[in-house]
Amino acid sequence: MSRALMTGNVAAAWGARLANVDYIPAFPITPQTEIIETLASWVDEGLVDAKLTMLESEHSMVTAAGAAAATGARVFTATSSQGLLYALEMLYAVAGWRVPFVMVNVSRGVASPITLEPDHEDILAARDSGFLQLHAATCQEVVDFVLLGYALGEDPRVRLPVLVNEDGFQLSFTREPVALPAASDIAELLGTFDPMGSALRGGNPTSQGIAVLDPSAYSYFRYEIHLASRAALAAWDEVAVSFAEITGRRYEPVEVYRADDAEVAIVAIGSFSTKLKEAVDRLRDAGQRVGLVRPLLLRPFPDAQLREALAGKKGVLVFDQNLSMGKGGVLHTEVCSALYGARGAPPIVASFIGGLGGRDLPSEEIYAMVDETLAAVQRGEAPPPRLLFTHRELTQQRRLQVIAGVERAKGGAP
Amino acid sequence: MKDTRFAHLKDIPSAHLLGAGTAMCAGCGGLLAVREIHEVLGDRTVFVNAAGCMTLLSTYPFTPFSGSFLYTAMASAPAGAQGVRDALDVLARKGRLAPEDDLSVVVLTGDGSASGMGLSATSAAIDRGLDFLYVCYDNEGYGNTGQQASATTPLGARTATTERGSVASKKDLFGIWAANRPAYVATAIGSEPVDLARKVEKASKIRGPKLLLVLAPCPTGWGFESDQLVEIGRLAVKTGAWPLKEVEGGKIVHTKVPPKRAPVEEYLRAQGRFAHLFEPSRDEATLASIQQSVDAYWRTVTVG
Repeated sequence: MSRALMTGNVAAAWGARLANVDYIPAFPITPQTEIIETLASWVDEGLVDAKLTMLESEHSMVTAAGAAAATGARVFTATSSQGLLYALEMLYAVAGWRVPFVMVNVSRGVASPITLEPDHEDILAARDSGFLQLHAATCQEVVDFVLLGYALGEDPRVRLPVLVNEDGFQLSFTREPVALPAASDIAELLGTFDPMGSALRGGNPTSQGIAVLDPSAYSYFRYEIHLASRAALAAWDEVAVSFAEITGRRYEPVEVYRADDAEVAIVAIGSFSTKLKEAVDRLRDAGQRVGLVRPLLLRPFPDAQLREALAGKKGVLVFDQNLSMGKGGVLHTEVCSALYGARGAPPIVASFIGGLGGRDLPSEEIYAMVDETLAAVQRGEAPPPRLLFTHRELTQQRRLQVIAGVERAKGGAP
Repeated sequence: MKDTRFAHLKDIPSAHLLGAGTAMCAGCGGLLAVREIHEVLGDRTVFVNAAGCMTLLSTYPFTPFSGSFLYTAMASAPAGAQGVRDALDVLARKGRLAPEDDLSVVVLTGDGSASGMGLSATSAAIDRGLDFLYVCYDNEGYGNTGQQASATTPLGARTATTERGSVASKKDLFGIWAANRPAYVATAIGSEPVDLARKVEKASKIRGPKLLLVLAPCPTGWGFESDQLVEIGRLAVKTGAWPLKEVEGGKIVHTKVPPKRAPVEEYLRAQGRFAHLFEPSRDEATLASIQQSVDAYWRTVTVG
């Protein structure tokens, strides 16, 4: 085990390096590019014994990733935002091929308007694809989750590809201390990739990814993907124990931070949870019983662990860094569906949407969200979903529109 | 042609590597070509497929292929081939693939994928020098969905989306591929099996990107009886509508030049998709335009 300061992107590359991957299909996109540049230089220097191929699109990149895994190689790849959306057809396809590999998504908002800044709109678009989904909150978790991702995805009960989400900028370009496991320990944990008899080989004809002409067969295979994903919850417990034996870091599907005796629990995923923990500490200092409950796994969704962590709370505050247009926060919907009808389910689950396109989450807004949730608990009625935005921001946007209108009326540059 | 084991039709193996009883239409020109190609390549072959008619060859739980098959999506079969080839190479280098377990990687797509959304992936595979054979069965339309017009639909052809006949000319996919300078590029047709076999044989001896554009007369899409498949193919070659050629050393060589080209009308008349050019009245302008474009092509050809 060695410790070093590194960005989330370099941590992701270390995950691939320690997993001793065979193949890295790649395509650049901000803020992910540093991952493939790092791996490319390591491959050139002979530090990673893999073939790195630059594809011409993310759609092709994920196709190549799935095809290589179907041929028996351990595969790593990475993308972000528009790239993930461009590849989305193939995410669904390769999950159905039941080929394990790890793809890091460096999350970033999606067009329109086009932005480079982070939120979870991209990764949640892949929610239903069949990929397992792990959400890192620190650079340490980025490398750990890539390694856990291989162990989990390659488990015979699972055999599915895995997305590890790393928040753009907040993790991708932020240097944090990271403890790297010893390569020999990881080699023992992961072994060599086992295609389990279904690899494309001369003399052993197989057909993969093929059509069905029968709704029953289609349903069978789709159910199989779902059940395999659910089986990852059981596999997690074993894999996490093995990983903890090596690293001393034990990950639960849901992290519970100062929430055991909390009246209000905040639920959030990803790197903003670091800020939320800080706010929880300040609120605890002020005598408020507030805690944080953070799912690390989004797919499979850890319903039971979440129900347990939230049972008996007076109110739950779900912070979503995404927006399902015409509905609201995706995590809020997921949490509600896990809780509804469960014994001890909190009566109030309030929804707050923020952090879109890199918008910050200041402490004052966290305190205001908690106040509002407490007020709803008092009232006995959940508040409508709130879109976090200040009057100052709104005034600023309106002012810019006025200026643009004046410039256009003047008949300036075409 | 020297260095070929295919001098006559009987030289082509008939090991029936592609099984019978598939979901393809009777008289499918694409299937005829794929059958011959599989015979020449042998069973240590993986066909990486894009959405199209041939996707229905392997349908769970059956496959007619003696080799392997991987369905990808409409746009990215060449990228699938890249992943398979790269994985085979890296596993061989790391000692995890025995030499006899290696595979020839073949992309199998229709003209809709090849000339449209798959063209970017194809061009990029050529750029990277991928060692693979691309087989495009060109039925001159989106055949699997009922023959809508694609970029490769020829002038005058009626399709489900061009009821009065296509006003666009056929896209020169061979020319586009050749301009990308792959290791080998050729046209072929199933009704000229020896020419086809020699080209597949030649391609399989070359490392790098090899591309084969195979005209695939389509009874349902083109409007002819299944038993006319070979005759339609022969007319395509005899009239000069489908030139058989390959690029060797940067130079286009015609492998079968019709000694005296028959009028293209003979080819058109045999197909329902061109019937409106003859009935109820002759569309002289379009017929002349089609003949002129064939003549203009052959004027550029220097034989011998």
